[in-house]
This record gives sequence, C-alpha cells and structure tokens, in this order.
Amino acid sequence: MSIALAVFALFIASTLAITYWASKRSRGASAFLAAGRKITAWQNGFAVAGDFMSAAAFLGIVGLIALQGLDGFLYSVGGFVAYVTILLLIAEPLRNSGKYTMADVLAYRLRPRPVRAMAALSTLATIAFYMIAQMVGAGALVTLLLKGSGITYNMAVVGVGLIMVTYVIFGGMLATTWVQIVKAMLLSACTAVLTVLVLAHFHFHLGDFFSAASQISFHQGGVVVVKNFLQPGLRYRPPYGPLDVVSLGFALIFGTAGLPHILVRFYTVPDARTARKSVVWAMVLIGTFFIMTSVVGLGAAAIVGPDYILSHGGTNMSGPLLAQALGGDLFLAIVSAVAFATILAVVSGLTIAASTSFAHDFWINVVHHGVEREAGETVLVTRIAAVAVGSVSIAIAIALGPNSNAGILATLGMAVAASANFPVVVLAIFWRRFNTAGAVAGLSAGLLGSIGLILASPTFMGIDSADAAGAAHHLIQAAPRFSLENPGIISVPLGFLAAVMATMLRREPSAEARFNELMVRANTGLGAEKAM
Amino acid sequence: MEHKAERTPSQTSPAMPWDRVACSKEFQDLLAVKKVFIVPAFVFFLVYYFALPMLVGYAPRLMSLRVVGSVTLGYVYALSQFVVGWIIAWLYLKAASRFDALTKDILDQAREQHGES
Repeated sequence: MSIALAVFALFIASTLAITYWASKRSRGASAFLAAGRKITAWQNGFAVAGDFMSAAAFLGIVGLIALQGLDGFLYSVGGFVAYVTILLLIAEPLRNSGKYTMADVLAYRLRPRPVRAMAALSTLATIAFYMIAQMVGAGALVTLLLKGSGITYNMAVVGVGLIMVTYVIFGGMLATTWVQIVKAMLLSACTAVLTVLVLAHFHFHLGDFFSAASQISFHQGGVVVVKNFLQPGLRYRPPYGPLDVVSLGFALIFGTAGLPHILVRFYTVPDARTARKSVVWAMVLIGTFFIMTSVVGLGAAAIVGPDYILSHGGTNMSGPLLAQALGGDLFLAIVSAVAFATILAVVSGLTIAASTSFAHDFWINVVHHGVEREAGETVLVTRIAAVAVGSVSIAIAIALGPNSNAGILATLGMAVAASANFPVVVLAIFWRRFNTAGAVAGLSAGLLGSIGLILASPTFMGIDSADAAGAAHHLIQAAPRFSLENPGIISVPLGFLAAVMATMLRREPSAEARFNELMVRANTGLGAEKAM
Repeated sequence: MEHKAERTPSQTSPAMPWDRVACSKEFQDLLAVKKVFIVPAFVFFLVYYFALPMLVGYAPRLMSLRVVGSVTLGYVYALSQFVVGWIIAWLYLKAASRFDALTKDILDQAREQHGES
C-alpha cells in the first residue's frame, strides 16, 4: 500500500510544481481562463483526451465490459465516435467565435443576459452529474485500497478536493491543462501495460483470448451460467433494452459535443487550425485507449471473473483487480495511484469549466451587464467559484455510496449536455432564423426533460432488495416511472423541438441581422482573439 | 503581459465589414466547399454509427454470428467504428487544407479593406 501512496505522492508533487510554474504565467483573464491561448495541437489533444479518459472511462467502462461484454463495449465506441461530431461541426466554429465558454457563441447574435443565464445553469448541471461520477469512482477506489491504512474515505475525499482547488485557483487553465496532459500519458501507458499483460496471459494467442471471452461462467440467481461476452444481450434485453442502446447512442455522440469542460479546451489553442489538429490527436489517443479497454475488460471477465469482481469492490474495481491478478500488489498500487491521479485531474478540469462559466457568463455578463467593475474581477470571481464548487463536490462525495457505476453516471451527464447544450449551439451556428426565445426554450426543455427522465429512470428509482450487497442503491425507493436508463432518445429531440418551436413563434430581426457576423467569424476566424 | 480590458463583441466589430464579407463570392464559395465535404461525411457517420446500437439491440442473432474463431460480427462491427472514425478524420484533415487556403484569401482581402494588420 505504501507504494500506491508513494506513486500518488510523486504525482501530486510534480503537479503542484506545474501549478507553481503556471501561477507565475497566469495573469489576466485570457491567461488564467484560456492558458493564454498558446497550447499546441498535440498538447491540447492530450488534454482533451485526458478530460475524456476519466475515472468513468477507466474504472466504469472497463467494469461494464467485464460484467456485460459487448453491450458494455458500446460505451467505448460511442465515446470515441463522438469526436467525429466535434471535429466536423463544433471545434473550429467554437474556437473562431468564442472566448471562454460555450455561451459566447450564443451571445453574439442573441440577447446575452437570458441566454447566458440559462447556459450557465445547464453548464453547472452537466458538470454536477459528471462530478458525481468521478467522486463515486474515487470513493470506490478508497474503500478498496485504503482499508486498514488509517486513511478514512472522508479524509481521502477532502484531500482530493483540496489539491484540486489548489490547481485551479493558483494555476488556472494552464496548470489544469498540464496536469491533464501528464495524467493522460500515465493512464495511456498504464492501460497499454495492462493490455499487454492480458495478452501475455494468453501467450499472445488472440484466438485463445477471444475463446476465453466467449465462455465466461458466473453465478446468476444462485446457479452457475456460462455466457459468451462477445455476443450482445448481457445488458440490454427486451422489451426496453434495444431502445436503451439507441438512446445511449444519442447521449454519447451529441453529448460529448456539449460537454462544457471539453468545449473550453478549444479556447486554449491559438486558432481553428490548431483546434482541428488537436481533435485528431485526441481521436488517436482516445480510440487507442478505448480499444484497449475492451481487451482489459474482457480480460478481467476471463481472468478475474464477474463473481470475484462483484464480491471484491464492485464493477468499478474490475481494472484494478485485474492489475492485481496479473502484476501483483505492486501493479495494483500503480494502477490505483494512476486512477486516483485521473480523478484528481478530471475533477480539476470540471471545476475550472464550472467556475469560468459562473464568473464569465453569470457574474460579469448577467449580473454586471458585461462590464468588469475592476480589472481582474473575472479571475477573482472564478477563484471564489472554484472554492465553492470544490466544497460542494466534497460534500456530495461524502454523502454518496461507492456502488453506482461511474460510467453510467457520467453518461447521464452527457445526456443533459446532449439535450440542452448541443441543440442550441448547433442551431446558433447553422440557422439564421434562430433567436433568443428559441435558445432559452431549448436549454430549459433539454435540461428539465433530461433531468426529469433521469430521476424517473431505473438508475434513480427502484426498490432495493434486502440482500443487494454490492449492487447500486436507488435514491428513490419506488418503481421507476420511465423505462429507459438513458433519456437521450427522447430528451435530445425534445431540446431541438422546443428550440425550433419557440423560435418560430416570433422573429427577432437583430438576431437574424447578426447571423452574417457569426457566420463569417465561425468560418474564417476574422476578429477572433489571438494567442498572447 | 498586461491585462487587457474585456471588450464585448459589439465594441470590436462595428467597423468590420461582416455583411460585405458574408455576401462576397469567395465566402460563399468557402461555405459551398465545406458543405460538399461536411454534410455527406456527417450523414454517413450518423448512419454507420447508429447501425451499431440498432443491430445490437434489434438483431442480436445476426451480431452473434462468428466471423473468425470466437470473434463475433458485433465485436468486429464495433471495432470497425474506430477505423471508420480515423478515416473520416484523415479525409477531413485533407479537405480542410483546402478550406484554409480559401479562408486565407478572404482574410487577406478583408484585412486589406479594413486596414487591420
């Protein structure tokens, strides 16, 4: 266990050094909130990949594959292909026409105050779900690893929270970006080693590996069953399963393109060309990583086995348990320390995105009509907001149990992003007629619709049986009112529909008149803020 | 690195000839060239991707067919999404270098007329 702590301490020491270095360079809003717009393509690619390869991905998705095979792998596929949407539709227009947040793109043509207020609200809601997912992952790791080491779960969560807030308030976006880059490298390397160890276990005979994955035996309802993990149907069964898979697809491929902490990364590069190249870098890294998650997940199913996973920490622990089986306690320690580092890095990325949105969108532009009353107010408010966001996340993490699957929780955050943020950003960029009423209606309907359906879904509603050890607890003890786990298939069209219908009610000549400006900005970068 | 006062778009943009650029032939050409690549690429991507959850959900027998050894059609199709994603990205990078050339002409022209460096 001391090795895990040593690896983790090393990571913290080096990232705090980065923070110190960054703090001397982060003066002024553009430097603090957008890293001076000087991040290069490969750096931003690693940072974007780092933001996306979260605890939800490493712990959660590996766990889904280990317990549900091919159906779990669909999460990996959707997470990767989402970047095609970002590459083709979002990254370049966003960099060309915005400054710090997603709402900047909307505020060009629409009435800024109502639009920014709603956008800030939906940014915070999306991040809240994502943050809960990371914290649940942290909780699960701590419970497994620090048993008997004297460090309690609560102490660990408070520690993670404090370090994360330190990165953000002292180092700003520059520190957060470099923490993310370092972590992405560590996590990729770690997953690659794990993949090689799995294949080595089967003497590098791919045929043997896949044949083992096609006959996994485990206990189900008291009897031993043997299932083929390369076949569909382990997670998604009729009557609602098939529809749920499609619904998940909606959330993943449109939601990633609406995740605030990913979108802000495109403001840290000098221009749209760099933004584009950084998406391609991210696609190479994320694709390789997610292909490896299938080997690691199926490996965990074949080598460790679903029974052992469920009785030793639950789905989120499949990866670490596999590391222990293949590389002993030393490798378990390293993998766990890297998973911790991942949580720390992603949580700080989420915190700076939430704080920036609060300070830039809500405080400066909604409350104070777009005027900084004194120089540096945006940065100051962002710092204060970061402390608030950190405290709230610590409180949530302490209140939550470690048994919900982090991957599913993060996907719900994506459903909110896909339903509220994605429709209005796309319509603002591509539809001349779009107006303020449409944006506010789209954001509200997407937000309320997705959150309402999530609360009524089997993830939050359900009656726990008395012997449900190791299974997820339900927050609302009643039969679910909505049969799908993921609301995407209903809430994404709902967001679009509300935006379009409210737009059609009334014309807003000023919004239409300024469409030319947004179109020229988005497509050419004319007038865009440059690197400092 | 002096802190610059935040400026709202309306303060920076009044003199920029947005409408003239938007109506220029060069800009319209750029939009057309982009559309020719992006629309078919995105539609193809949506169809190719959504076929995966649909087939897995509604045709589990088909997706359980063994292709090589124990490897099923579903797993192969899922893996192929990564390859297709990378190919689209590579084609887009190539197409985008043409967009960049067209954009540069528009920017040069606008800045010449506007007097911005």
